[in-house]
Formats: sequence, structure tokens, C-alpha cells
Amino acid sequence: MIAHSVFFYIFSLIAIISAVMVTVSKNTVHSVFFLILDFISISCLFIMIGAEFLGMIMLIVYVGAVAVLFLFVVMMLNVAEQKGQWFSSRWDGGTHIPIGLLVSLIIFFELIIVIGGWKYKPDLLNSISVNISSDVTNTRSIGNVLYTDYILLFQISGMILLVAMIGAIVLTYRERAGVKRQSYVKQISRERDEGVDLVDVEKNKGVKIDA
Amino acid sequence: MDSYFSILFTEVYKILFLLVPVLVSVAMIVWLDRRVWAFVQKRRGPNVVGPFGLFQSLADALKYMFKEIIIPASSNKLVFVLAPVVTMTLALISWAVIPFGEDFVLANINVGILYLFAVSSLGVYGIIMGGWASNSKYPFLGAIRSAAQMVSYEVSIGVIIINVLLCVGSLNLSDIVMAQQDLWFVIPLFPMFVIFFISALAETNRPPFDLPEAEAELVAGYQTEYSGMMYAMFWLGEYANILLMCAMGSVLFLGGWLSPIDIFPLNIIPSPFWLIFKILFLFILFALVKATVPRYRYDQLMKLGWKIFLPFSLFYVVLTSSFLLYFDLLPGK
Repeated sequence: MIAHSVFFYIFSLIAIISAVMVTVSKNTVHSVFFLILDFISISCLFIMIGAEFLGMIMLIVYVGAVAVLFLFVVMMLNVAEQKGQWFSSRWDGGTHIPIGLLVSLIIFFELIIVIGGWKYKPDLLNSISVNISSDVTNTRSIGNVLYTDYILLFQISGMILLVAMIGAIVLTYRERAGVKRQSYVKQISRERDEGVDLVDVEKNKGVKIDA
Repeated sequence: MDSYFSILFTEVYKILFLLVPVLVSVAMIVWLDRRVWAFVQKRRGPNVVGPFGLFQSLADALKYMFKEIIIPASSNKLVFVLAPVVTMTLALISWAVIPFGEDFVLANINVGILYLFAVSSLGVYGIIMGGWASNSKYPFLGAIRSAAQMVSYEVSIGVIIINVLLCVGSLNLSDIVMAQQDLWFVIPLFPMFVIFFISALAETNRPPFDLPEAEAELVAGYQTEYSGMMYAMFWLGEYANILLMCAMGSVLFLGGWLSPIDIFPLNIIPSPFWLIFKILFLFILFALVKATVPRYRYDQLMKLGWKIFLPFSLFYVVLTSSFLLYFDLLPGK
């Protein structure tokens, strides 16, 4: 068990330090790299408590896809220019500050609730209705619960994601004029008759090509 | 604590026993790749160093080792050095779960296929880090291209894996192989095998999808600023990833370590050899594609991934699951 706790402390330490570094580091891209390190160490913790399915899904979804998009956005943004806007002396009064305060207050109270819940942890463990047996893999047991008891919640969350996705597409979609698109069907179905036009050119006159 | 260390030492021994052959075969596979490429184009390829030019990769490695490592002054030094290390490490750690035989696997974990998938999706970070830290236009463009490409094709690989898992009922790689004892999945899921093969080409940045390092447009893409051993590490990691994708393809579709038919002369061949044969077969296919197909345009690449492969493999998930349900073949009852 000693080795287990040693690894637990190593991974938790990495997770906490990198979580702090996400907010502290001045380079935004470094922040995202620390966020990725945080995700990875959290998924290691998941694997250590025997929830290997959750750990792997965490790696695939957050590290493999979400963080890549984060990096994408952060690398594209001109951070230096924005910094100038945020910290310059001719600052426009700060419309973001109240919203930021509100969000951080909510998160703060949530954290307090979580810490308060720690006190009732023994009762919490007793109130779990699902019996956990070690001979069923946790992928199977998650599937058993997710697709039976919580199917409605599962599908609703899927719907919310779908709506968010469609919303994002609608928000960013704009029709652009003059875009040339390739159509394979059109290219393949072209025949010689329509593609080639034989013209008898009169001497010293030339032809107009675009008809 | 004592028993823990003894476990640790036996594991280290096993890991070395696995990794050294993998690294050697990566070097050999580079030679094979160049040879196949040359033969398709009626050239000779590397044939000078050693018999049939077999030691060409060794000579190349020596050359890389003695070259100077140049770190650009304006680069982000730590990330710049870390990038090839990340690529190489990620390419090697995934070999831990590949089963070479019935009990011949380093870590027989429950979620083996998810582990493989997760590690291959992490592979994009080596490239992004390298491209960004170089602080130069071409590497950055290469990295951005590569990230978009790998994320897109991962989605379709994920859906293809779901197809296979529906037929197996387990995420364990050994279970996936054992489920193919009667029939390799390449036969009922042949369209998925084709799509997996093409997605694997895109995932490993191989031609015709080698846009991240398209030499005509981006010099060498994300590797432009790298030199010496750091460049060689990128290059080794890339080939190790290609081998890994071939191994993944053979485990998922070609029956892993199983012999094609269970009759006398075939079933005395030890199981690791079958896996190696299959990996080599897939790799030669990779090399032939490299030699024959022209490079895709970027919008064509994206269109192929999102508008053709993804809908088709999703449709195939529905098809597979309804087939299994109708004929009552669903596993894990």
C-alpha cells in the first residue's frame, strides 16, 4: 500500500501544482500546457482508484480533443495585443469585472458546499444504492447504470450538447460570396462535347473565350 | 516495499525486452519503407551500407547523433526540447498493451483499446509543441494543419473502434483477438477496415495526407527548425507511430496473433510471428500508398474526414448493431 500512496501523492502534487500554474503563468500557451498536465495527472488518479474507464475517457475527450482546441484558439489569439488592452492606463471601465466577480463568487460557494459535504461523507457512502462488485469491470457497470436508470438524463445531456453544437455553427456561419467549390460529380460527369469547343478562327480577328 | 521493488525490476526487464526490438524494428522499417518506395519507382533505394543496404538506418542514426543540435534563439527553449521527447515517449508507451500472444503482453489492461486510442490522440501534442515552440511561420502552420487533421481523423477512428467493440463486447485487446478465432473482423467489417487504413494514414501524417510536412509548401512543416538527434527523435517517433497503427489494425481486423486457419503447418508458427507478419503486411501497404498516391489538397482532406468517413462509419455502427441484434449475435450476455 505504501507504493500506492506514494504514487497518489506524486500525482496529486503534480495536479495541484499544475492547476496553480494554469492561473499563475504569464504565457497563455504555457497555461494550456499546464492544464493538459493537470488533466493527465487527474486521469492517473482516476486509474489509481480503479476507475480506468473514466480515466481513459478523460484522456481521450479532454486531453485529446478539448485541450487541442484550447491550444488552437490560444495560439491564434494575439495575446500581447490583448494584454495591452486589459492592463493599459486607458482602460474602458471594465465591463467584465462584475461578471467575473459573480462567476467566481458562485464557484467559491460551490467549493464551500463541497468542503462542507466532506463532513457528511460517511453517510454519503451508505446512501449509494448501486452495489459495487469487483468482478464486474467498471466499463460494464457504468454502462449498466447509464443506459438503464439514467437513460433520460443521459439523452437530455446529449440533446443539450447537440443544441450547443448547432448553436455554435449557426453563430459562426456566414455566407461568403465568390467561393469556388469543387464538385466531384460535376467534374466526373463532364463529357467531351461540353468541355471542348472547336472554333474556326478568322484570320487577324481572335475569339472571345468566356461565353 | 521490498516485494514492490522486485516487481519493479521484473517489469523493467520485460519493458526492455519489448522496447529494444521495437526500436530496432523501427530502424529497419525505415529501410523497408525506402526500399519499397524505390522499387515502385524502378530505383534501387538504399543498397550500399551492409547487405541489401540493411544498415542504412544505423548509418543515418550515427550521422544524426554527431550532428549539432541547433536551438533557435527566439524559440521557447523548454517546449522546443520537450516536443520530440513527447513524440517519442508517446509512440513507445502504447506498445505496452499490444498483445503478441495469448499471455505474451506487457500490460493486459481492461481498457486496452481505449488506452491505445488515448495515447494516439495525445500524439498530436508533440507536433503542436514543436511547431509552436519553434516560433517560426512554417512550423506553426504545419502544427496547426496537423492538429486539425489528427483531431478530425481520430473521430472516425473512434467510430470504427466502436464497430469492432460491438462485435466483441470487451475493451480488452486480448479479448478482441480471441473474438476473431472463427472469423477475422476484416471480412464482415471490410469497409471499416478500408476506412481505418486510410484514417491511419492521416493520423500518422503519411502520404497522401502528409500536409503537416508538405515540402513544397511548408519546407518541412513542424520539423523545419529541428536538427541532429532531435530531428531523428521526431522521425523515429513518427515511424514508431506508423508501426503502432499497423499493430492496431492487425489486432482490430486481422486477428492479431492468430494464424489464418488452425491447421498443422500454420499453427506451429509461434503467435508473435503472426502478429509481426500482419504488421509488416500493413506496413508494406502503407509504403505502397506512399509511392503511388499524390498528395491531397487540404480542403479535400477535411472533406474526406468529416463528410464521408464520419457519416459512413456512423451508418455502419447502426448497420452492425442492428445486424447483431436481429440475428441475436450480441456478445456479453
